[in-house]
Amino acid sequence: MVEIQVNGRSMRVDAAPDTPLLWVLRDHLGLTGTKYGCGRALCGACTVHLDGVAVRSCVLPIADVGRRAVTTIEGLAPDRSSPVQRAWIELDVPQCGYCQSGQIMAAAALLRTHPEPSDRDIDTAMAGNLCRCGTYARIRRAVHRAAALARGER
Amino acid sequence: MASRHDRAAGATPAEWTRRDFLESALSVGGLVIAMTLPLPSRAATKAGRGPAELNAWLRIAPDDTITILVDRSEMGQGVYTALPTLIAEELEIELDRVTILAAPVGDAYFNAANVGQVTGTSNSVQDAWVKLRTAGAQARTMLIDAAAARWGVDPRDCRARHGVITHAAGDRLTYGAVAADAARRPVPTQVALKPASQFELIGRGLPRTDTPAKVDGSAQFGIDVRLPGMLYGALAQSPVLGGWPDSVDSAAAEKMPGVRLVLALDSGVLVVADHYWQALAARRALRVRWNPGPNAALDDAAIRASLRRTEAGDPGLVARAEGDADAALKRSARTLTALYEVPLLAHATMEPMNCTADVHADGCDLYVGTQVQQLSQAAAAVAAGVPPDRVRVHTTFLGGGFGRRLDVDFIPAAVAGSHALGRPVKVIWTREDDMTHDTYRPPALERISAGFDAAGKLDAFRLHVVSPLITARMFPPVTGVDPEVVEAAVNCAYGIPNFLVTFTRQEIGINVGYMRSVSHAANCFVIECFVDELAALAGKDPYDFRMELLATKPRHRRVLETAARLAGWGKPAPGRSLGLALMEGYSTRIAQIAEISVEGGAPRVHRIVCAVDCGQMVNPRIVESQIESGIVFGLTEALWGEITIANGVVQQSNFDGYRVLRANEMPQIVVELLPSDEPPGGIGEVAVPLVAPAVCNAWFAATGERIRSLPLASARAPRAATGALTRGSGNSDRGSAPRTAASDT
Repeated sequence: MVEIQVNGRSMRVDAAPDTPLLWVLRDHLGLTGTKYGCGRALCGACTVHLDGVAVRSCVLPIADVGRRAVTTIEGLAPDRSSPVQRAWIELDVPQCGYCQSGQIMAAAALLRTHPEPSDRDIDTAMAGNLCRCGTYARIRRAVHRAAALARGER
Repeated sequence: MASRHDRAAGATPAEWTRRDFLESALSVGGLVIAMTLPLPSRAATKAGRGPAELNAWLRIAPDDTITILVDRSEMGQGVYTALPTLIAEELEIELDRVTILAAPVGDAYFNAANVGQVTGTSNSVQDAWVKLRTAGAQARTMLIDAAAARWGVDPRDCRARHGVITHAAGDRLTYGAVAADAARRPVPTQVALKPASQFELIGRGLPRTDTPAKVDGSAQFGIDVRLPGMLYGALAQSPVLGGWPDSVDSAAAEKMPGVRLVLALDSGVLVVADHYWQALAARRALRVRWNPGPNAALDDAAIRASLRRTEAGDPGLVARAEGDADAALKRSARTLTALYEVPLLAHATMEPMNCTADVHADGCDLYVGTQVQQLSQAAAAVAAGVPPDRVRVHTTFLGGGFGRRLDVDFIPAAVAGSHALGRPVKVIWTREDDMTHDTYRPPALERISAGFDAAGKLDAFRLHVVSPLITARMFPPVTGVDPEVVEAAVNCAYGIPNFLVTFTRQEIGINVGYMRSVSHAANCFVIECFVDELAALAGKDPYDFRMELLATKPRHRRVLETAARLAGWGKPAPGRSLGLALMEGYSTRIAQIAEISVEGGAPRVHRIVCAVDCGQMVNPRIVESQIESGIVFGLTEALWGEITIANGVVQQSNFDGYRVLRANEMPQIVVELLPSDEPPGGIGEVAVPLVAPAVCNAWFAATGERIRSLPLASARAPRAATGALTRGSGNSDRGSAPRTAASDT
């Protein structure tokens, strides 16, 4: 048994220690919002927060999570109320949507350290999150919009 | 190890019934779950208490819950918004009041242009444009008639607005109150559809119905399906494409934690375990002796050589012929001939292939992100050993389709596993499985020739396409020339009196599949680059040269003019170069201009300008996003897209080897959607093919170097002695390719 903190709750999981956090979230805990895309930290679809920092859950063994707080897309905010989610809805960013949980988690982590990111900040922070539908242009606009929403702009 | 039809000991049947599960899921998940898991008909309540079915797409419940079933798969292109908009427009209901459900398999959902219940060929809106507005208008008429009958008044004095029917005298009834009566009325054969001037929803750019579920993790893709008692499967497949397991030693794998089943199948060896990570670990412990089959020596040189040999030896079947191109070429004052080629490509959907099957006494429930509901049903039926009508297909959201999910090769293993265990089984392909066992976009070799007469007029044009034939595998039989291999060539709009397009089939021994824009991508690349070559030969500006050839094509001229104006054609910024491309495809006209610079010997794409005339638009916001999407997809193809094969094994296995465009590599994209009264054209694929020729033509403008093979990254790198067709300078030499014995099929 491994105990981890997910979305503010303590969870006990019966999984081998080398099981990536991704599959624990998805298969053991039913939190399927975090996606499998590559298994090698190449695409960012599995991005979650560990103590507020964006990490790739597909290469993080459950044994290495420890007491750090895991936040998934399901735990980002109630009722899609985070500035990033509100901006994503306003701009209708997703197409197929599969990568968007990871994109949103990466953007939310960026805004935590860069409340007013430049285009270059966004490109650098988001370069690890692939989107085959090509939503990058809208993502960039939406990150700027989320920053504005977080500042209280309407 | 179990054989295919063994029942595993110790497997317990699901403790919940399916109905328990669905009702529970609905109560917890509400709209989100309902969007992706349609209730099977056996769980639906009878008319009177449950929703009334006004037609195949519309259910209205007594509590005024309005549900629209969408019979095309949502893979990002926006059909869960665009198609309900068509019904809602005529039904007089707001789109945000509607619940969206994926339709089951059904005769009503036949797409005539695709000869089946198929989401593809960018024609969902074209297919639905009249059909679904009519369905909405019929339902509205039936609702009004039912209300009028209840009131004993003339229906012509009644009106339907915002889900309520009102009568001039002041009476009002909601749709839900009369839906059951309405559903029993005859369907009116004649209904008048609103003229475009009265559209209230169509053309407005309403918010997508699927966005909320896609920003909070609740949207359910195939990979997210969870059923009570469900197990997880991983499939070992032959490293050599087309190979099969000769023998399997599964002793070690079967002792691994959580393993429930090891099953040899035609397609590979399936391992099923309690959790996916366990299934993957056990798969690594399998000892499989693979028979490589006929492709053990297959490689890129052999493929290229076989295409070249065939091109040289066969004139091809005629796909389009006007005048006499051969005779005109013989008498031409100046001619130009070139060989172009495009490589294999992977779809690389972000969601790898997966399927969940639940085989039970009543048949099989299949949960899958598919573009082909009927073919999925048929594939599952064969694997489960039941008639097709016992397979219920539950279409989930698709984490990218791009044509990959027109194939059903990822379905049988899940069904076989569930059949063997008596429990639901979800089989997930790893990224490596997905990339090394794709149904790849086929390679093509194209010989293109043109001739100018003595007056300098472009008089003759001849294109010979050589490639494998996807349709022969997927939708046989094919008679004559399959339209899917000569797209963008048979409808090439340039006015050239003698015009010949021919096709020769050359298989390469591996499965190839439809990929976003299909043969448009190859043919548009070849034609638009070659037209640029012809302009250079004629000493004319590429824009002026094209406009002269489009004298009778106002819609083409308009998109070209618009793109040129937006891009500043003729006056590129210092250090920048422009290249353009034009295409008609999916009944849409489109032009693109790429703005590049040369950095480190490679192109850097700064901007893509795109002008589109796709007829009337249901949702311009989605149209714009699809154009952006196609440009990004096309950029990946143009710059880096290439699958290579050595000894029958695909050499790219993940996103490190198969490079796709990233956020920091995005050019600026400028899209202009031109207003039009024409019927809608397709939009999901049409932007893809122009990127490569636009960028390559810009590369020529910058460097004077012609690119005749893709991707650019490989075209400009020295290629091993395979006769690469990169730096050609005009006439190519027919028949000089090295002769290789392998892989000529």
